[in-house]
Amino acid sequence: MHFMNIIEVKNLTKRYDKLTAVDDISFNVKQGEIFGFLGPNGAGKSTTISMLATLLKPDSGQATIDGFDVGSQRNSVRQAIGLVFQDSSLDDRLTAQENLYFHADLYHVEKQSFKERLPEVLQLVDLWDRRGAIVKTFSGGMKRRLEIARGLIHYPKVMFLDEPTIGLDPQTRFNIWHYILKLKKEKEMTIFMTTHYLNEAEYCDRIAIVDRGKIVALDTPANLKKIVGGEIITLTAADPLKLKQAIARRFDLKIKEEDNKIKIEVADGEKFLPRLFNELTEKIDSVELRKPTLDDVFLTLTGKKIREEEASSKDLMRRRMRMKH
Amino acid sequence: MKELRAIYTIWKRENIRYVRDKARIFSTLLQPLMFLVIFGAGLGGTLAQGGFGVDYMKFMYPGIIAMNVMGIAFFSTVSTVWDREFGFLKEILVAPVARTSIVVGKILGAITIASTQALLLLLLAPFIHIQLSLVIIVKLFLMMMLLAFAIAGLGLLIASLMKTTESFGIVMQVLIFPMFFLSGAFFPLTNVPLWMTVLSRINPLTYGVDGMRQIILGGVPAALAQKLFLYPIHVNIFILLAFSAVVVSVATLAFNRRS
Repeated sequence: MHFMNIIEVKNLTKRYDKLTAVDDISFNVKQGEIFGFLGPNGAGKSTTISMLATLLKPDSGQATIDGFDVGSQRNSVRQAIGLVFQDSSLDDRLTAQENLYFHADLYHVEKQSFKERLPEVLQLVDLWDRRGAIVKTFSGGMKRRLEIARGLIHYPKVMFLDEPTIGLDPQTRFNIWHYILKLKKEKEMTIFMTTHYLNEAEYCDRIAIVDRGKIVALDTPANLKKIVGGEIITLTAADPLKLKQAIARRFDLKIKEEDNKIKIEVADGEKFLPRLFNELTEKIDSVELRKPTLDDVFLTLTGKKIREEEASSKDLMRRRMRMKH
Repeated sequence: MKELRAIYTIWKRENIRYVRDKARIFSTLLQPLMFLVIFGAGLGGTLAQGGFGVDYMKFMYPGIIAMNVMGIAFFSTVSTVWDREFGFLKEILVAPVARTSIVVGKILGAITIASTQALLLLLLAPFIHIQLSLVIIVKLFLMMMLLAFAIAGLGLLIASLMKTTESFGIVMQVLIFPMFFLSGAFFPLTNVPLWMTVLSRINPLTYGVDGMRQIILGGVPAALAQKLFLYPIHVNIFILLAFSAVVVSVATLAFNRRS
């Protein structure tokens, strides 16, 4: 059963009034993989997590986690998952250790097991030395790390991370990722995460790109990029026309001239560039190699960039949150 | 067994949070003292001339204790709204425990905190020339717990109905002061206009004040008792129990539905 699906989602749908936040999505997550939900704010990522975590009831469709149905076997699902929310859900008047202790009590962890696991999870996120400190004194990054440790204390099968690095500075974001990858490696944990940071999605084994409640593509990051096509090499030279003819003579490639720049589309830019330089005698002023990003993938699939959407969809999300409460 | 542990954990958290919040302990101790000293000094002279029959400080003292119980019990349960705002409620709600256990843990926490802190006010008794026997103290403590139970249920019900943290402040302002002033804590409700009689009777605090007053001033002559007390003590207890049963069940239902 090594390739068992730990999460199975079938035709899951959630509506708020007229807005369909999650629109008939289906996917499976394999045991031990990092599965990413990538999309702009308001695409339905958090709503999906909320339904999988039994916090929201789906309007239709099914989902199981470790074989348990999220609708009818809620307590079994809850016991099987760990959660790190977008916003902190720690009690900041308690110490780090007390927060974990509280969690262990709620998840029925034996006292003896708790004693053994406490140093283990706190050391994993490098907070063992701060275990007695009141959480209020922690930085945003430390709080996020503590939440990860807390989510682990009952040894969940799946860890849900909802935008685990949102609102953190780049250095801290990098650190959090270090811990997430450690988690996968050391605990062989399945991780389901959402993000709208494109560079972070690269860490995932597989990504589902979501837009307006639908999954528009689902594959490994490398395969997704193939949708866009090859890599783009941009060259500038004093005499672009001469350069273009020179390249065309030696290589059978698609060459374009744009704003006095030469653009070549190749499959593997890193291997192609040395060859190009070896064979050309013409002078080149500058060279730029651009690999397709997930942003390009998103652009190709939806006709828009993830970033442009942010401001307006954030407002939309806020309005939606208000309606919920 | 599992649920008992969850109830215990939630109860314990309420206690830890309370003990850590020094400012809150201080202000909840200061407020009753302030009422007692200011109203006692300001109104005491006037009322004594009107043939009140009992020293005004003595009259007000049980009411102040009841108010203190209510303030603390109310605040600790309505603050569930803060838990929601700051996200901690989510941590509790995704845990594999029954919603009812969460409600029970919260209410037990409020009862413990409110009645324990109100016990401190009994230290003032000698200064107001009130003698407290052990029996009186035990009776008072039970009454405090019962009142805290009713108020905690009400607080939780309001918390589960409220939509934002802003409404938390409004409810605290709009509800707490009328409940204080229409509870008979500051003046007897035996000779007031009909509208006030009606309002005071739907106020659970009224029954707590009346009950505690009888426990503390038990030995007064019958004629005076008629002027000061509203109902026999077992009626007070019964009404408080009935009120608690209603609000706690509705609060549990509302809490279950909300989440």
